[in-house]
Amino acid sequence: MRAETLAPLLEMEKVSMFYHTPQGETAALSDISFQLEKGAFLAIVGPSGCGKSTILSLIAGLLRPSAGEIRIAGEPVGEGISPLVGYMLQHDHLFPWCTVWDNVLLGLKIRGEVKPEQKERVAALLEQYGLADFRNSLPRHLSGGMRQRAALIRTLALEPELLLLDEPFSALDYQTRLRVSDDIGTIIRSQGKTAVLVTHDISEAISMADRVLVLSARPGRIRYQERICLSSSSARVLEKRQAPEFAACFDRIWKELNGDV
Amino acid sequence: MSESGSYSLEHRLYLQKIRRRSRFVLGMQILLLFVLLGLWELAARLGWIDPFIFSSPSRCLAVLGRMFADGSIWPHIGRTMLETVIGFVLGTVLGFLVAVALWCSDTAQRIFDPYLVVLNSLPKIALGPVIIVWVGAGMGSIVVVTLLISIVVTIIGVLNGFQEVEAEKILLLRTFGANRWQILSRVILPASLPTTISVLKINVGMSWVGVIVGEYLCSKAGLGYLIIYGGQVFKMDLVMGSVLLLCVLAAAMYYLVALLEKGIGRRLDD
Repeated sequence: MRAETLAPLLEMEKVSMFYHTPQGETAALSDISFQLEKGAFLAIVGPSGCGKSTILSLIAGLLRPSAGEIRIAGEPVGEGISPLVGYMLQHDHLFPWCTVWDNVLLGLKIRGEVKPEQKERVAALLEQYGLADFRNSLPRHLSGGMRQRAALIRTLALEPELLLLDEPFSALDYQTRLRVSDDIGTIIRSQGKTAVLVTHDISEAISMADRVLVLSARPGRIRYQERICLSSSSARVLEKRQAPEFAACFDRIWKELNGDV
Repeated sequence: MSESGSYSLEHRLYLQKIRRRSRFVLGMQILLLFVLLGLWELAARLGWIDPFIFSSPSRCLAVLGRMFADGSIWPHIGRTMLETVIGFVLGTVLGFLVAVALWCSDTAQRIFDPYLVVLNSLPKIALGPVIIVWVGAGMGSIVVVTLLISIVVTIIGVLNGFQEVEAEKILLLRTFGANRWQILSRVILPASLPTTISVLKINVGMSWVGVIVGEYLCSKAGLGYLIIYGGQVFKMDLVMGSVLLLCVLAAAMYYLVALLEKGIGRRLDD
């Protein structure tokens, strides 16, 4: 689709970040470098407060790095949101005063891109992911999993190349969480999107991503990387957890995560 | 009730209990009103209180009845209602606009904050003489007093409502690349609607305070005028009658806004 397939979709080069408050200066991230090919799924895990979410805000252009450079599809990230980026937050934040349909169209409306063919595409997404019957319902008539799916469709409606997922399942109860991470993982893969998932759930990271970065405690540095190669042929997140390599992989990441303590 | 036929006996009893409870509450409310008025009347008739000083319900009704019959009450009601509505609308609209402007700039908010605090705690009636000198004795002054009283409450209440909107909802819009105006119209205004309505409800009361106080200061007509005039010439029947009329009008206006709130609430609910 895009011409610049040679360059990685996302490049982080020696990115550092400081937060400034009147009380002082906090180093949030230090010397973060990695690259992400198109279609890859990266998970970032780390102790709380290590700057995981900051990485996403930097990629999205919501924050400017103190040092280093970030490029998306070869273009440096400047002020403001890149149209190639889709951001998914911890809570679905569907507006209770709008129908599901108006909610999923929100991003398009804000960008002023509500055209018939876009509407058709979004309607097809709703159909595909089992929300077509709820088009005119209000969000509170939806289950937690359906809400999160609607939030993903709202993000996908803008056709982002790179999805940033900021602990999108942590507000859900455990059962829903397994099912929704399965759903969302499958959707992202079937749409061929590139994704960065921030989570503190190691199992979630291993079962959804094909690469896991472990960050150290503040200031966050890349401490360890693991390529996930599970023998399970299934793309389903739930079945991946059954793969024989899963436990060993979990242990390695767990040890790296807790090396700081 | 025909629709309750399909419910189980237990549910029907439950519904019956709820209905009985609300009928009881309404009945007690009405009863209390009649007991109070009755006691007042009785006390005046039996000479426990001096009806010349304390008036009595029948004397109030007689005065009001006379004024309704010869039509002399209408200019007073009309004037007071007009002042209240103008003051209420102006205070609400202007206060809302100022709140929006302040929301747009954190710096402006910080600059104006102490002024708002002082204006809020200042009894606006203290400015009465100044306003009369500046605006002139008459309806203008009364509207300005009303405006002053309701605008500050509106600014503070509406701005608080804006600031209570979840930061993540705003972040969500920023991730779509929304500008400030889009954030305001798509999230802030709809999300803070309930707070805005409750500010309206407070404002109704504030506007009545403003108008009556304003009419005490300078007026030739209106219910506030009738009250102050009645007090000066010792016509307590007129004073108490006007106060009773004021109760009815203020309650009517409050329920009108409450009805509006219900209508909007229903639209949001379903």
